[in-house]
Amino acid sequence: MIINGIQIDDTFAEAFNMRATRVIITAQNLKWAYHAAHAMTGFATSVIGCGVEAGIEAEISSELSPDGRPGVSILMFAMGSKVLMQQLETRMGQCVLTCPTAAAFAGIASDEPINLGKNLRFFGDGFQTSKLIGGKRYWRVPVMDGEFLCEESTGMVRAIGGGNFLILATSQSAALAAAEVAIAAMQRLPNVIMPFPGGVVRSGSKVGSRYAAMFASTNDAFCPTLKGVTQTELSSDIESVMEIVIDGLSFDDIALAMHTGIAAICALGSASGVKRISAGNYGGKLGPHHFKLHAIMEIEKP
Amino acid sequence: MSALTFSLKKPLQFAINCAALTPDALANLTLNEIAAITLYHGKQAVRVDELFDISGHDSASLRFLNATQQLDYLGANMRSGRIDISGNAGAYLGFGMKGGEIHCLGNTQDLAACNMQNGLMVIHGNTGDFLGGAAAGLRKGMLGGTVVVKGHAGDRVGDQMRRGLILIEGNAGDYCASRMLAGTIGVLGKVGAYAGFSMHRGTLLLTAQPYLHPTMQACGSHTLPFLNLLFKSFAPYSQAFASLKSLRAARWLGDAANKGMGEILVISK
Repeated sequence: MIINGIQIDDTFAEAFNMRATRVIITAQNLKWAYHAAHAMTGFATSVIGCGVEAGIEAEISSELSPDGRPGVSILMFAMGSKVLMQQLETRMGQCVLTCPTAAAFAGIASDEPINLGKNLRFFGDGFQTSKLIGGKRYWRVPVMDGEFLCEESTGMVRAIGGGNFLILATSQSAALAAAEVAIAAMQRLPNVIMPFPGGVVRSGSKVGSRYAAMFASTNDAFCPTLKGVTQTELSSDIESVMEIVIDGLSFDDIALAMHTGIAAICALGSASGVKRISAGNYGGKLGPHHFKLHAIMEIEKP
Repeated sequence: MSALTFSLKKPLQFAINCAALTPDALANLTLNEIAAITLYHGKQAVRVDELFDISGHDSASLRFLNATQQLDYLGANMRSGRIDISGNAGAYLGFGMKGGEIHCLGNTQDLAACNMQNGLMVIHGNTGDFLGGAAAGLRKGMLGGTVVVKGHAGDRVGDQMRRGLILIEGNAGDYCASRMLAGTIGVLGKVGAYAGFSMHRGTLLLTAQPYLHPTMQACGSHTLPFLNLLFKSFAPYSQAFASLKSLRAARWLGDAANKGMGEILVISK
């Protein structure tokens, strides 16, 4: 398949089952909501080393936020519910409780609640108070700037992580510029995050390593500086590859995000330096969700 | 279907216990069966149709016409449905109520919403003492649900209240929120003496500074974003309360003579 001069490989991205939650963080203004959100989603690029993958999903206007103040929604993904619960509580305690004027609320409904402020309340040392408002319990914890307001729990849902596509270009700058265009388009979509720095990964990995202690290592088949010494996937004109990884609440959310990102790149045309779009997989043996690039590019955008 | 209507035939000399006349209790009964239910008027056992003219069929929606303060325990322990009262209600309106709605167009006697657990009660007139309180011998008052009073309330509003929401658009009497364990009481008018007396926890929301006893501790004025949530939650019940906008409140904690974690918030206008 070729779109606007850019080849779409006949391959697929392989993705995994994950557990996810959404939290809404509000503050006195967006600046402080972002401070809290950036802290909470920091060091959360990959479950391999961070425990969770997290990112800012969207801004929430003061009209739509629970407490009438502006905020952002955060999505957080983990391989299991236990890790998700631990990470959520730790990050809430260190990043949101500590952030001036910030408050936190449930962002997703589910039959499986997980603690948001349920245990953080004990920071109040007995001075905390709860309020049951509209059937939801909130905790008011006295802190030095006033009160930290936090809903008792949020929901946990089944989700998918590891949707991805690769941008193969004639230069590093061309690959990165295309990736930025794709991320800008994808960030407008709900229910997905691109958890890596700026939404882009340069160090795509393969499973395993020649070193026994490493269970993942550089994806040498896509490393342009190794073309002559490895079984490369790159043609002679490809000088740089960038990857965009997508976590989403459903298969359709990820598929739409991939479609949106790839379409935005294809709109640039081959003159942009992008020559191919590919995807990372493990032969289809590890992840149950396969995002076939050709099928994805044929979906009608809603 | 039209509401099942009980129209009081004549004013009563003594109070009667109307606990048997709830949507749940009357579900699936014929009009004849309902007419034959026994109520007690003083020492005298009387049939329902001796006291009321009965019409209508929909037992999920009851109406009491010409109601007076002699009708006690209206809606007691009801779980679902709706009761509309044209006139006044007696004591223990909605006693132990677990669901549904009661709308009283007139006034009520004492102990309305006593030991209420869930549901909605709207009193368009005034109500007596111990609104949302506990029946004699019980250690916890209202356990949940929402009560809205458009008029004034008597003394001891929310006495030993454990959970739930009481909104009073008029004034409240002495000892408002006394021995309160948790929950929220809002009063748009004035409150009498000893507000929050022996309060453990919970919130008493006021718009005018009351005279407080010495064991209520001043904690300063603060901007509290949680008030926005609270005000928004009032919208389905009371436009007067939902129109509150200021997040600035003077906070008092007490009663220091008891557990001392109850709060009185006086909203700045």
